[in-house]
Amino acid sequence: MSVIRQGTIAACVLLLGVATASASDIASFEVVDGTIPQPLTDVAGDPVAGKQAVVDRKLGNCLACHTAADLANEPFHGEVGPPLDGVADRWDEATLRMIVVNPKMVYDGTIMPAFHRVEGLNLVMDKFAGKPILTAQQVEDVVAYLKTLSE
Amino acid sequence: MRNLPGIFVAGAAATAILATSGVLADQSNLPSIDGVELKTRAEAPKDHPLPEIISGFEFRTKETQALELDDFTNPGFLLVESGEETWSTAEGSAGKSCESCHGDAAESMKGVRAAMPKWNEAAGRPFTLENQINECRTEQMGADAWKWESDDMLAMTAYVGLQSRGMPVDVDIEAGDMMSWWEKGKDFYYTRFGQLDLACANCHEANYGNYIRADRLSQGQSNGFPTYRLKWQKMGSLHRRFKGCMDNIRAEAFKRGSDEFVALETYLAWRGEGLSVETPAVRN
Repeated sequence: MSVIRQGTIAACVLLLGVATASASDIASFEVVDGTIPQPLTDVAGDPVAGKQAVVDRKLGNCLACHTAADLANEPFHGEVGPPLDGVADRWDEATLRMIVVNPKMVYDGTIMPAFHRVEGLNLVMDKFAGKPILTAQQVEDVVAYLKTLSE
Repeated sequence: MRNLPGIFVAGAAATAILATSGVLADQSNLPSIDGVELKTRAEAPKDHPLPEIISGFEFRTKETQALELDDFTNPGFLLVESGEETWSTAEGSAGKSCESCHGDAAESMKGVRAAMPKWNEAAGRPFTLENQINECRTEQMGADAWKWESDDMLAMTAYVGLQSRGMPVDVDIEAGDMMSWWEKGKDFYYTRFGQLDLACANCHEANYGNYIRADRLSQGQSNGFPTYRLKWQKMGSLHRRFKGCMDNIRAEAFKRGSDEFVALETYLAWRGEGLSVETPAVRN
């Protein structure tokens, strides 16, 4: 009995370890009234890196759905979502962060993916399983870039 | 009366949208191939999830459309010709060809593709055209089943499908247990999958006509499959297209021929009822 019990405890510890490793890809944050007031990381967001992440098709790929006059030199802006122009006038930083992390908390049923979330997804491709689309730092960078888009 | 000018403005705006949008193009001029008219728009019956049923044809450029409207320029016809040859070639232990039992495909295969997937009582499940062809091969011809995405299979589904070109998609979802497959396909259609967390409906029901990057979203109708896709530089099956969508949203795709994809094909066929079969269509 004691052997079995020890084995069970070992398995539980192992499972816990796995869960922690996967969850560590997601920053802990507090949602306040549909916003995330505190940055996800200690390093301030870099708008230049954020601009890269917005354009990069393997990262934000934001132009798949949004147009942005600031990125007019990039080809093929989509028209599924609203233009990014003036987004800094429409939303404060805390709301922008929430929209990038998980827009479903702001717009129920939106087509927009949650860029920093791993829970509650269906049949994620193996190589992306347990990984968010953007890291916590990339979210901060993207938010920093979005904050520059005022009209 | 004070509201009237507003109504007129709205009316003018709507007219302007109608005039400029290719999706809402003039319906009086249906495209046709060698005199066979293609109904690329169909009125949606009451309670249909779409306000109007529109073929993927309407979402493509004039250049891509032109390729489909002339069999000499349609690159899909290389495989159609190969399928026509195979039709009369004996194969397998029974020494039979398709023609041995079915005679002239132009007669016997007319309407077959338009009614697929079709309930198969013996198998107790819906059969796609691929399922039916392989059943013929293994049970009647004593030949090996073809792989779903093989050139042989694509050639035969294209050749058989062509015999229904211009006929309206019309599946019998009342037969056997088709309704449960339809339900399963519908569930699939509205379920979000993958890291991008998208359902078929997010793009193809809520956003058709909009550009996603360089691609114009269609309603995801199935009436042109197998279809020659310029991006593939090849003919491809509907299930290959399903897999492509699932790859794009970073989902672990189901296999071609899987129950999930057969259910989705069943549901999609129903969503596109009334559209002409366009096999082999040309898409971007």
